[in-house]
Amino acid sequence: MTSDAFLDLVRGPLFQIALFIFLAGVLVRLVEILVLGRKTDFAEPRADGTGAGLRSVFSRSVPEAGTFKRSAFTILAGYVFHIGLFVALVFLAPHIALVRDTFGFGWPNLPTPLVDFATVAAIAALVAILVNRLRDPVLKFLTTFEDYLAWAVTFLPLLTGYMAFHHLLIRYEGMLALHILSVELLLVVFPFSKLMHTFTLFLARWYTGSAFGRKGVQS
Amino acid sequence: MTDRAKLAINAFKEQIDGAVSAYFSSCVHCGLCAHACLFFNETGDPRYTPIHKLEPLRRVWWSEYTLFGKLASLIGLAPKVTDKLLADWQELTYNACSLCGRCSMVCPVGNDIAGMIRKQREGMVAAGYSPEGLQGASTRAVKIGSPMGVTWKAVSAQIGHVENDTGLAIPVDRQGADYMVLMSSMEIMNYPEYLEAVARIFNAADVSWTLSSEAFEATNSGIQIGSADIARELVSRVVNAAEKLGVKTVISPECGHAYTALRWEGPNLIGRPYKFKARHILEVLDDLRAAGKLKTEGFEDERMTFHDPCQLVRRGGVLEQPRRLVRMVVKDFVDMPDAGKMNWCCGAGGGVSAIEEAAELKLTAFNAKKRQLEAVKPEKLITACANCRIQLEEGLEENNMDIPVVGLTELLAEHLVETEKAEG
Repeated sequence: MTSDAFLDLVRGPLFQIALFIFLAGVLVRLVEILVLGRKTDFAEPRADGTGAGLRSVFSRSVPEAGTFKRSAFTILAGYVFHIGLFVALVFLAPHIALVRDTFGFGWPNLPTPLVDFATVAAIAALVAILVNRLRDPVLKFLTTFEDYLAWAVTFLPLLTGYMAFHHLLIRYEGMLALHILSVELLLVVFPFSKLMHTFTLFLARWYTGSAFGRKGVQS
Repeated sequence: MTDRAKLAINAFKEQIDGAVSAYFSSCVHCGLCAHACLFFNETGDPRYTPIHKLEPLRRVWWSEYTLFGKLASLIGLAPKVTDKLLADWQELTYNACSLCGRCSMVCPVGNDIAGMIRKQREGMVAAGYSPEGLQGASTRAVKIGSPMGVTWKAVSAQIGHVENDTGLAIPVDRQGADYMVLMSSMEIMNYPEYLEAVARIFNAADVSWTLSSEAFEATNSGIQIGSADIARELVSRVVNAAEKLGVKTVISPECGHAYTALRWEGPNLIGRPYKFKARHILEVLDDLRAAGKLKTEGFEDERMTFHDPCQLVRRGGVLEQPRRLVRMVVKDFVDMPDAGKMNWCCGAGGGVSAIEEAAELKLTAFNAKKRQLEAVKPEKLITACANCRIQLEEGLEENNMDIPVVGLTELLAEHLVETEKAEG
């Protein structure tokens, strides 16, 4: 198969299948959580839980001072990776062009050097995170196959995307096809793995924040 | 699968709700919770990573409440909950977790890990994988009325002593009193100062209060061992007595988990709101202070600090009250690093103090407290939980640290202005 034919395949039917699995899978996972619900709390609340819950949804993105001191690397590398990935995903011109072609609307992109920097930072952070995972006694102990899988399917789109954009190693069409294929792999693995945290963490923060808030504890 | 494992699985299933499902879905194994846990920090043993302690519950969630997990268990690929797993996890679920909840405060995805350990205990106890010490305490609590086997006779005797020492009458079973006072076994057995302090403060403040001969014990072993059935039975005794006497407020004593049991879990255990309010003694004292009814004189001349019991502060929301009260009688008050919401557990909460096999571990865990104390070098340590107090005293002694420990209620009573009591 030529790289052009391969590109057509991954851009066409494969992408549609992957996107369907992703959307349906995420929907199923969220419904699985929401249908379980939570029992009514009969204890007289000390304070309002709703406000505290909404607050926690955001405030958990900022670590408590002592925790930052004890786990600075994990936290900083986590920030760099997540912000870098977000910038590359949302503000790269070709990504926005794809959205515009599909949905008819878009938003301004960020300058290429900035997106480039974010991408490289995200890649470097992911590598550092992996090395740390292999070395740190707690992380080594906790890590399962799924952790490596989640790492790999997140790493590959960043790497291939960067290489395709800069025409590195192989012909652009070939690398672009590999990039899209790696994204499809990510989409398919996503709903069945801890990558789900992208969505479920907001629910988790809400559940905890509102329950703690009723007790008068801001978390 | 054995019958025991089946019992655990069924109990786990009853505990799994949307929150638990969201929590397990969100964990990315970042390891931050390990560094929030005093059992990990003081031992360096990765097995004590909080989220790892939840493997049995996680397996049931995955294989029963996720599509992929259900498919995997159909073809026998899902990891199973076995007797061996439960036996191996007993230590992690009980001995190495004081339900202090620091992990639940630091988790970046917001998981209430300590809350899940509490839930996991339901399954462990259902299958019989719970420590003997806690089983014994629970049995005594249900049969005799107190985990330490204290009966009303012992309380009566203490009432007699307090009445002799203070010249005050201790009201018992007084219909329609404003406050019903509970005590913990520890206070009845080891710290009679508590009842005396309450009697004197309430007398000076002209508060209408009573003890109940039917429900004097606040300690709830059911919460510690993690059995909703036992916890419900014990809390029901308090609810029935309080509603029979028609009191307005029931006061939880200087005990952490008793407060959680009465204030937060109780209404959910009995499935309805109370017809009375549930408050911690420090909340009541702070209200009296605000109303000008708690008057003190003089100050301690020593440097003092306050140990926040986890169940009061982090898990209970009683944060500012103790500090406002302490400042009434202590000029040289200093907070330890991490004090308040992120305070380090004494090491013996959540039932750990009743587990013989955990005796060594809980003293190792005390090192977190030792460092906090060394940072501020107090001459006296104040707390508001008899269980913390025992552990603090033991830990201090073990480390040759000469710092007396005092209950806050008792400290306030030492400075009480009692001039108006004659008319009361």
